[in-house]
Amino acid sequence: MRRGIRSLALAAAITGVTLIVGSASFMASAQPVPVPSAGVKIDNFSFGPAQITIPAGTTVTWTNRDDIPHTVVSDDKLFKSNALDTDDKFSYTFAKPGTYPYFCSLHPKMTGKVVVQ
Amino acid sequence: MVERKKDEILHDHNNDRVDRRGFLKCMAWAGTGALYVMQGGVLKSYSMSALSKLGSTAAAAGELSFVQISDSHMGFNKPANPDVVGTLKTAVEKINGLSMAPEFVIHTGDISHLSKPEEFDTVDQILRGASAKDVFFVPGEHDMLNDDGKQYLERYGKGSNGSGWYSFDKKGVHFIGLVNVMNLKAGGLGTLGHDQLEWLEHDVKHLRSSTPIVVFAHIPLWAVYPEWGWGTEDSAQALSYLKKFGSVAVLNGHIHQTMQKVEGNVTFHTAASTAFPQPQPGKAESPGPMVVPAEQLRSVLGITTVSYVQGRHALAVVDSTLA
Repeated sequence: MRRGIRSLALAAAITGVTLIVGSASFMASAQPVPVPSAGVKIDNFSFGPAQITIPAGTTVTWTNRDDIPHTVVSDDKLFKSNALDTDDKFSYTFAKPGTYPYFCSLHPKMTGKVVVQ
Repeated sequence: MVERKKDEILHDHNNDRVDRRGFLKCMAWAGTGALYVMQGGVLKSYSMSALSKLGSTAAAAGELSFVQISDSHMGFNKPANPDVVGTLKTAVEKINGLSMAPEFVIHTGDISHLSKPEEFDTVDQILRGASAKDVFFVPGEHDMLNDDGKQYLERYGKGSNGSGWYSFDKKGVHFIGLVNVMNLKAGGLGTLGHDQLEWLEHDVKHLRSSTPIVVFAHIPLWAVYPEWGWGTEDSAQALSYLKKFGSVAVLNGHIHQTMQKVEGNVTFHTAASTAFPQPQPGKAESPGPMVVPAEQLRSVLGITTVSYVQGRHALAVVDSTLA
C-alpha cells in the first residue's frame, strides 16, 4: 500500500496529470480501494500529455477535444478505441507494468505513451 | 529567323510538343480560373468565360471530361461548416452547370465524417442529382471507421481488390483508384502496402507508354507536408511503375485545399473539399478544420474539372470554387 501511494505521488509529480483518488477511503484499509484514474486530452491533433506515468491498475481516459474524430490504438493492438467524435471518451485500465506506446490510426503522426510502474 | 513566340516550346522530350516549361506554365494557369488545353498540337489557354466556346470544339475533338470532388465529410456539423449538405448540393449544381458536361465524377474520399450509414446515404442521394451518373470512389480514413472498411466495400467496393483499389478505362485513358488510408503505422504517413503495389505493377505492365494515366487516391501521393501526415510512405514505389508513361495525372484530396506540382511527366493535384477548408501547411497549430467568415466559406470550397483531348498529350485541370 505504501509503495502504491508513493508511485501515485511520483506519477502525479512527473506527469502533472490529475490522479483522482478518494484519499479517505484509500487510506482506510477496511474500505474498497477506488480505481485510480488519469486523463489524456486530444487537442490540436496531439495527445496531451504525450507521455504519462501511472501505477499499475490505473484507468486512463482519453477525451477528444478536436472537431475531427481520432482513435486511440496501442502499437501492439492491445487496446483499440472506436473513432472518437468531439468530446467522446475512451478508457483503458492498465493492469501490468510496462511501456505502452499508442497512436491515432487515422492520423498516425499523433503518438503517445503510457508508462505503467 | 522566325521571331520567338511567347509560348514557344523549348524542350520536347516526348515529341508531343509539350515541354516542361510549357507544362508548368499550364499548371500555373490551373487554379486561377483558366483552362489549358492542347489541341491540334498547339498550346491554348482559355479564360473561364471562354469555356462555353471551347465546349463544342472539345466535344468535336473527342475530349474526355470528368469532375473530381472530395472530402464531403457528410455528418460534420462544427463551426467550420454547419451545412455540409448545402455545400455538397452547391457542388452538384456547379457540376450540372459546366459547359462541358462531364462523363463521370470521381470522389477522392472522406465521403462521410463518421462512416455512419445515413451519412453515406445522404451523399449518394445528393450525387444522384448530378448530370453525370457514374461516380467512382476511393475511401478516405473517415469512410473506414470502426469496421476496417467493411461497410465502405459493401457500398462502393464492388469489383475492387483488397481494401478497394481498382482500375478502368475511358476513351483511351487508364484510371487507377488507390487506397492509402488503411493499416497506417504509428508515426507514419498514408500507406499503399505490398499487395496493392504488386497489383499496380501488374495492372500497368501491359499498357502502352502513350496511354494517359490518371491515378486517384485520398491522401496525397507526394510529400505535401509530412509533419501533418500529408504524404504517402510508399508512393515513390507506386510512381516508379508509372515512369514509362508520357502523361500521368495524380489526383488527391485529404488536405482540403488546392495544390499542384509537376515532376517530369507527372502532374500532382489536390482538390478542395466540398465541406470545410484546412490551413496551409504549417500555417496553424494543427491541420484541423479552419473557420472562415460565413460569407467567405464557399470561396474556399470547390470542385475540379479535368479534361483530356483524345489521341493527344493533353491535360486541363480547372479548380472552381463554390462561390
